[in-house]
Amino acid sequence: MKIVKAFFSLAITLALIWALQTKFGDIPPIGKFLNPATGFWQNAESKNINAAEQLKLKGLQGEVTVKYDENRIPHIFAENEHDLYYAQGYITARDRLWQLDIQTRSASGRLSEVVGAKALDVDRYHRRMGMVYGAENTLKGMMKDPVMRAVVNAYTEGINTYVRQLSKKDYPIEFKLLDYAPEEWKPINCAFLLKLMSETLAGGTNELSMTNVLNKFGAKVTNDLFPDYPMHESPIIPVGTKWDFKPLPIPAPPAAFKAQMLTGMKMKDRVEGIGSNNWAISGSKTASGYPILANDPHLDLTFPSIWYQMQLSAPGVNVYGVTLPGAPCVVIGYNKKISWGVTNVDADILDWYQLKFKDESRNEYWYNNQWNKVTYRIEKIAIKGQPDLIDTVRYTRFGPMVYDNAKMGEGHDNIPIGNALKWIAHDESNDIKTFYLLNRGSNYADYREALKFYNAPAQNFVFASADNDIAITPNGRLPLKYKDQGKFIIDGSDPANDWQGFIPFEQNPTVKNPPRGFVSSANQSSTDPTYPYYINWQFAPYERGKRINDRLGAMQKATADSMRVLQTDTYSIRAQDILPTMLKYLDASKLDENQLAALEILKKWDKFFDADSEGASVFANWWTRFYRATWNDNFSDKQMPLNWPSMDRTEELLLKEPNSAWFDNKKTPMKETATDVLSRSFNLAVDGLIKKHGKPGNWQWGKVKKFEVRHLANIPGFGSGNFASGGTGSTVNALTEGHGPSWRMVVQLGPQVKGYGILPGGQSGNPGSFFYDDMLPTWKDGKLKELLYLQSPAEKSARIKTTLTLSK
Amino acid sequence: MLLALILLLAIISAYILPWWAACILAFGAALLLGKTSKQAFWSGFAGLGLAWLALALLKTFPNENILATRVAQMFQLPHWTLVLLITVLIGGLVGGMSALSGLLVKRVFEK
Repeated sequence: MKIVKAFFSLAITLALIWALQTKFGDIPPIGKFLNPATGFWQNAESKNINAAEQLKLKGLQGEVTVKYDENRIPHIFAENEHDLYYAQGYITARDRLWQLDIQTRSASGRLSEVVGAKALDVDRYHRRMGMVYGAENTLKGMMKDPVMRAVVNAYTEGINTYVRQLSKKDYPIEFKLLDYAPEEWKPINCAFLLKLMSETLAGGTNELSMTNVLNKFGAKVTNDLFPDYPMHESPIIPVGTKWDFKPLPIPAPPAAFKAQMLTGMKMKDRVEGIGSNNWAISGSKTASGYPILANDPHLDLTFPSIWYQMQLSAPGVNVYGVTLPGAPCVVIGYNKKISWGVTNVDADILDWYQLKFKDESRNEYWYNNQWNKVTYRIEKIAIKGQPDLIDTVRYTRFGPMVYDNAKMGEGHDNIPIGNALKWIAHDESNDIKTFYLLNRGSNYADYREALKFYNAPAQNFVFASADNDIAITPNGRLPLKYKDQGKFIIDGSDPANDWQGFIPFEQNPTVKNPPRGFVSSANQSSTDPTYPYYINWQFAPYERGKRINDRLGAMQKATADSMRVLQTDTYSIRAQDILPTMLKYLDASKLDENQLAALEILKKWDKFFDADSEGASVFANWWTRFYRATWNDNFSDKQMPLNWPSMDRTEELLLKEPNSAWFDNKKTPMKETATDVLSRSFNLAVDGLIKKHGKPGNWQWGKVKKFEVRHLANIPGFGSGNFASGGTGSTVNALTEGHGPSWRMVVQLGPQVKGYGILPGGQSGNPGSFFYDDMLPTWKDGKLKELLYLQSPAEKSARIKTTLTLSK
Repeated sequence: MLLALILLLAIISAYILPWWAACILAFGAALLLGKTSKQAFWSGFAGLGLAWLALALLKTFPNENILATRVAQMFQLPHWTLVLLITVLIGGLVGGMSALSGLLVKRVFEK
């Protein structure tokens, strides 16, 4: 009896301990997670911070001093370059280790390893589109360059020094939640980060949905609805800029080709609203007589922030700005002499080639009048709790065949034709070198030299210097193509469809010190149609660019604060362009009480998307419903995805062709015009607002538009929670659906450079840190903080709270 | 006496050993000092529970409970003190069961 009792008691105890150590589904192992010795309680950082800290680290060559300011931004002073990038790696890992891990896992298709089969789709997609293949090629390019090899290796060493000394209780909380351990960093992970940026900024595609449009409506309609240059535009390189080079011969397009294979794996759609602003104004327009540069890259806003602020100083370099955790050097920032920033170009650097295979085995494809063999790449995907998945990807001269019918197609197994992906991010490159050189640059010539090394994703590099130069260059490796090559799926059998080399770097569009006294970009068309080469047929809508150019054009005696005001500007050019016409067509005599109230609100609206604006809510809802009602009957197709005409084309239709057949709803017997669609969508918009938010008077834009900064893995409780904010995708302050200014920076050049900036979050990636979200309130208020740019480790500042000394 | 020993061992071991080491120690302590089932269980419960309470409070007070509050939201609990309560109850339960097992095993070998 005693034995039975003892046995049961022991069995229950052991079972309990086992259960507390084990992860069930998405619930973390409760004992591991809750016990205060190694569980999450250990991640609760104390409010009391030591003023001085010393660490001995293996691998350092000299001594490194790290000064942390009141926002826990590190100011790193090293005695040599090795130690500088070593310290950058070490310090970044201390604050952002889980981010480093999860970004790499996502890019390299290794999420399933830690979260199981639910991530298999996205892993497989990343493997099959060639993320690993591209990263391997990029790594080759970086390692060929002795300088960059040393930088990347030192950075890697720094991260690994931190990882190796980490005990279980110090693991970032996300590791404890998902129940896995950090692993060592590898140089290729730096390349993975670049691939991830390429995927975000240049990995979207609409070739398939455009080809479907072409097949459904024919060339005439397609050309009419999807023009190669918008009605409204204010291009990055000012109209009238002379192209002082002799262009290469433009490749000739082959005979017309229409792809037939219209099924496909769902790629990421192109997302409108992922964009950015940057500009620089010349000293002739500023109060100080020296240029001012501004940049706010719009990306997914998350905790931790995509950016990490740093000052990096060693003999030969002293630079301040934001870094991407996972890559050495400052990406956007300034030094004593120059400042630079980036926005996305949106160049067409991703194309689909339709292949004709010899037989079902798909081992040979037709190209240049002969059969060519594919090569095979094996992708092994580890899955938690399941056997590994071995995936074979066929590679052609263009790139990988992403869509493999036999394995992935549903109901299309009989179609022996796949598409090969050609993507600039597959190529060998040495992009980080550009930032390495910019960090050390001191004038315009250095800027131009640095840009040569940059491959992808193509960026508009804005520049200003203390020498009173300003410039902007849509830059990257841009393929030499015939016009519209890649607007649709391309015939992969005809060599005329190859990329015929690249636009020479010197002939990428660029402008220096234009007469208007400023340069700017907001992802709109790089140039007007006089530029000899084809970059893309579509860019982001022009509204942000237009507003920036209007404001900068009018500005005199500008200060850093004028730039801040412009960065947070919410004036709607779209409303300015079309609202008067929309109102003109609306018949007030047919409106009920609420609708009349809404109309009154609109008439009084100042066209700013402020958080407390009701007019913004009415306009945004009305326009969105109008846009959808216009195209829905023709462009919603359950059988195949169709690309929808742009906002710009829709505006043009409304302004110039209100009786166009496109406004007629095919599902009704009547023949509708723009007036009918406007009237119906206005009523629906008002009804919708009342249903969701109550009577007029409760429709503040900040309430209607939900906005929050989420945790990177969307863990509830780890985000900011919903908050009211102004702005929308088409205003300069482009806050929409979790995207927005992920870093706002303004730099006043001159004898004494002054930088201002703010992150929508904090430096620390730890939800248990006081520096996890400490900068968010300032960012929400639309304010900037003066950045602390120290000239030496000895420089005194009341803002320095902690000094960390690293030595061997 | 048993309670004091388990409490002490649980706190010391937390800094150097995995959390379940405290269960083995509670087991061992009850093996030595256990008298009745009730005494053993509640000593283990209070010993480990109080140790976990103290260790958690030591971390969360200087943190102004910001992390505990976020974790409470993650578990959809209205207040961080509930996370603390669950932590203490789980520590107590596993500590109590360990000590009880220690006592019952001891009894097998008695007489």
